[in-house]
Amino acid sequence: MLSGALLLGSSFLASAVEMVEALTIVLAVGLTHNWRTALLGVLAGFVALAAVVAALGPSLVHYVPLNGLRVGVGVLLLIFGLQWLRKAILRAAGLKAPHDEAQIFERELAELRGGAAGGQAVDWTGFVVSFKGVFLEGLEVAFIVLTFGTNSGRFDLAAAGALLAFVIVGATGAVVHRPLARVPENAIKFTVGLALVSFGTFWGGEGIGVKWAAGDATIVILAAIYALSAAAIINLLQRSVPPLPAVGGGSD
Amino acid sequence: MRWVIGFGRFWWDFIVGDSIILAVGGIAVLVLGLALARAGDGSAAQFVLPATVVGTLGVSLRLR
Repeated sequence: MLSGALLLGSSFLASAVEMVEALTIVLAVGLTHNWRTALLGVLAGFVALAAVVAALGPSLVHYVPLNGLRVGVGVLLLIFGLQWLRKAILRAAGLKAPHDEAQIFERELAELRGGAAGGQAVDWTGFVVSFKGVFLEGLEVAFIVLTFGTNSGRFDLAAAGALLAFVIVGATGAVVHRPLARVPENAIKFTVGLALVSFGTFWGGEGIGVKWAAGDATIVILAAIYALSAAAIINLLQRSVPPLPAVGGGSD
Repeated sequence: MRWVIGFGRFWWDFIVGDSIILAVGGIAVLVLGLALARAGDGSAAQFVLPATVVGTLGVSLRLR
């Protein structure tokens, strides 16, 4: 009884940690691009995950090169996150226009002329980020369930823990996405940049064999280091360079 | 052909974006970490990786 409860709890907690990581990425895409893009990435991630799990079953642990996948996803998130963080720093330091209405109007006009659905059109960059987050974290949850289930002989409890985590984390995401949407745009993009760079460093590091002493908590530590560094860089830029006149605000 | 060019452009924009320094630096971060991890200095990599990320960001802003 106690071992069953421990197994359920362990599977729940381990899966919840991975799912919160995926949720962070999906919320980031939804808030900065649009929800259609984010949810399409989630759907594609689930479909790809289901296909891999159905095709390989318990042998998944032996066939999927999880570390290779971590390096691939990590490096892309790292580069993508750095691009966002760079733009957010330039805007915060007053060296890049935070919002260029004329440019946005021109772009939306061009999209409408091109037949795109404006703000709800699928953004493929956001789709890839959302897809990768869900697919990688989903694979890690599958690994947790398979490992816990194989070692204990109770797949039902291991899967129940993961399912419980999915329901709770999913419900939390549905509740928090609206209040988050009211946060100022550049603050959101700055935070998303920090999150992507932190996840990218963590996953990429894990993939190449770095053993993070603080485990998953390293992501929070990395985010704090990057936030402090970004604040210091903004301060330095504000002191050393006079702000430029408003030029194109860019799309991100 | 148009689809291939569009696909290539998408990945170029995704990876390179506004600054090629960030793309090169992002890869260099993990190559450096890999070298340290292979040399058996995994604990040093924990500090070198974030430091290199911050350095890359600083250089790209300096050379903007």
